[in-house]
Amino acid sequence: MSTTSKPSQDELCQLFRGFIAAQNVISDAETLKPYECDGLSMYCEMPLIVVLPETVAQVQEVLRICHRYAVPVVARGAGTGLCAGAMPNAEGVVLSLAKFKNVIEINPQTRTARLQPGVRNLAISEAAAEYGLYYGPDPSSQIACTIGGNVAENSGGVHCLKYGLTVHNVLSVEMLTVEGEKVTLGSEGLDSCGLDLLALINGSEGLLGVITEIQVKLLPIPEKARVVMAGFDNVQQAGDSVGGIIASGIIPAGLEMMDSYAISAAEDFAKAGYPKEAKALLLCEVDGTAEEVQEHIEQVEKLFHSFGATSVRTSQTEAERALLWKGRKSAFPAVGRISPDYYCMDGTIPRGQLAHVLTEMQRLSEHYQLRVANVFHAGDGNLHPLILFDANIPGEFAKTEEFGGKILELCVAVGGCITGEHGVGIEKIRQMSVQFTELELLQFNAIKDAFDPVGTLNPGKGVPTLRRCQEYRSIEPKNKDMENSNNTNSNKHKEGVAHG
Amino acid sequence: MADLSADIQQQVLAARDAKQTLNIIGGGSKSFMGREAVGDRLDVSGHRGIVNYQPVELVLTARAGTPLTEIEAALAENNQMLAFEPPRFSGEATLGGTLACNQSGPGRPWTGSVRDHVLGVRLINGLGEHLKFGGQVMKNVAGYDVSRLQAGAMGSLGVITEISLKVLPKPAASRTLAWDMGAQEAITFMNQLASRPKPLSAACWLQGRLYVRLSGALSAVEATLKEWKGTELTQDQANQFWQQLGQQELPFFDTDLPLWRFSINSAASIPALDEYSLIDWGGAQRWFRGEQDKLHMESLAAAAGGQVSLYSGGDRRSEVMHTTPAVLQAIQKRIKTSFDPDGIFNPGRLYHWM
Repeated sequence: MSTTSKPSQDELCQLFRGFIAAQNVISDAETLKPYECDGLSMYCEMPLIVVLPETVAQVQEVLRICHRYAVPVVARGAGTGLCAGAMPNAEGVVLSLAKFKNVIEINPQTRTARLQPGVRNLAISEAAAEYGLYYGPDPSSQIACTIGGNVAENSGGVHCLKYGLTVHNVLSVEMLTVEGEKVTLGSEGLDSCGLDLLALINGSEGLLGVITEIQVKLLPIPEKARVVMAGFDNVQQAGDSVGGIIASGIIPAGLEMMDSYAISAAEDFAKAGYPKEAKALLLCEVDGTAEEVQEHIEQVEKLFHSFGATSVRTSQTEAERALLWKGRKSAFPAVGRISPDYYCMDGTIPRGQLAHVLTEMQRLSEHYQLRVANVFHAGDGNLHPLILFDANIPGEFAKTEEFGGKILELCVAVGGCITGEHGVGIEKIRQMSVQFTELELLQFNAIKDAFDPVGTLNPGKGVPTLRRCQEYRSIEPKNKDMENSNNTNSNKHKEGVAHG
Repeated sequence: MADLSADIQQQVLAARDAKQTLNIIGGGSKSFMGREAVGDRLDVSGHRGIVNYQPVELVLTARAGTPLTEIEAALAENNQMLAFEPPRFSGEATLGGTLACNQSGPGRPWTGSVRDHVLGVRLINGLGEHLKFGGQVMKNVAGYDVSRLQAGAMGSLGVITEISLKVLPKPAASRTLAWDMGAQEAITFMNQLASRPKPLSAACWLQGRLYVRLSGALSAVEATLKEWKGTELTQDQANQFWQQLGQQELPFFDTDLPLWRFSINSAASIPALDEYSLIDWGGAQRWFRGEQDKLHMESLAAAAGGQVSLYSGGDRRSEVMHTTPAVLQAIQKRIKTSFDPDGIFNPGRLYHWM
């Protein structure tokens, strides 16, 4: 158990260098600097030490030492997260799993892959491709983000409606407890006996354990995929046609919506041939066997016309399909070109509430005098409003955060939630008290205690402690930024560019 | 069609005050599962009714005591279904019990389990607090996934009062092919079929015959049917087979012998058992009837990459679930305590130590 006398930075480094190569134990400010934030760079903090172990035994030993001295541990993959979930703790160790990059095994027969946590999401599909298989969840950061981080955040992507989130595609994980004990959750089978701890670990943001190996399901690569693009004069019609597709019995592989700001920015950037005059644009991808795709594409085109689409275009080639997606996939950086900074939100709403939420968001946009562009995973109701701001204008980020908070509260008010796929981290910890009651938060804290009684795994993230949650409730919006400084003492606002 | 949650909450509080334990019962259709139940009967079957169903949102919310038949009838009106194909157990199964026992049918490897389709729950914990987790949207990563944690917990964490689920359209067409072959050949073949991008939706081997179901767009199903050859079952034969399999009503299940359920690597062989087993889920679930030593069965399951449980029959006072390693036992006990500090709910139903 933990003792009261904490070792100094030097003493801890010495302990770690006893079993980890010296260059993989970092404590100088210059080399620590790149670790001060994750993909949400508005929140940063310098860690005490960064360690980059190379074996599971070394990770175990790091955890044992940190547990002995009650030193906070923040596990980190590629650092692409968008909720400051991997932001360091000033008195803690960043446990980077970046060196765990091996695809341990692809089993084409069982359609599974065993992976070290630092394997990049896209690298799984690349390794599986020679067997005609791929890994389903595809977060926008898939070039860089790691499977360990995907499990921690329960990452989604544009294909969730049909192929599920990370939690639906993970068979088992090998995890180290806070004490450094190795356990396996799940198995090579589909169901396991007892409490489903695997479900708890997915999306637990590094608060319950450190994942050292993951087994995922792979899917056969569809024979064919085509995308239909449709422009609409108004958002309501576009929203209704999404409902129309679902009601017709088709589950599209991807169903994405963009509003006029996003359309125009994406078109200028990607030259995909988007109708710039449209108020809303839908991209509907259908995949499956050649026959199925043909059948569904015809239905989707008809539906779009019947719901009043002003333009409908269907990809005829793979190159055209890639081009139509390019606009959507580059929407975030494209929006980055029309504004010095942007702040990406991540609420989920029941789809039927879309028009109301967008109208209300427009009202807020006028109130805060900040533009907002919308990119929407329309199939599953996950909304990504991008608030455009300039971090160089004093106070503008604080205003942006407040606007963002209002958007999340709006999502909860219409029956949705504060985060669909980016996680809570530090960023949305205040809004947890909007979505959950104190008793519910206490239950979450009790679950955390069951895994990590001392609370050294990624402290201050994901779930507010009761004391903190009472503070959040009692604080007026205008003071929120001050309260936040409790969490992030050396919080500096760097350039506010998030990507996702 | 009543909301009895306040009433249930009172019963939980009363049990807590009186230091009594409770045995949560919905339709009572799965009382044969798990270890022997103890405690006062807490009947939640009256707490029923669909609370919200939006077909275009693909989301349904119902009280835990709602019979599956009622839910499936409402879905069918909109050409939708519970894609995890749960057993209805003569119409007595409720939604709450289905989640608590994590019951899914033949389509499970392709369309997911009840655990995969749960979006949110309301439950009353051991302190009598009525709490809400998850929600009614497909994507939600706020807080720990307490909703999915209920799947297979057998009511040990609280009284589930309401469940929100993802529902899916019924496939436009469904056809079934059969081949005569031995178990080992079938295991290999099922895994080969599953690696092809075709509309496979179930694969089961029993007594020398492999049954494969194709579901999806009519054109895709018919094209695959031609390509894969095999003997096509008539619609009636096919419906009857999958119905009886999913409902656990095949003659295979009609036994007084202990019934073992293996959840393992889909391609693994268990040479001693396979030929006598019912092999479902494309190889990932195997049923075996017979008096066997539990530890021996566990070693076979572990060698096949998974676990085994004594699903029905046999000694229900001993452990019926696969043995849990000590570290995981400790964590599970602490989670149990975090929901139910006085150990009111379904004591010992899952494990003697819980």
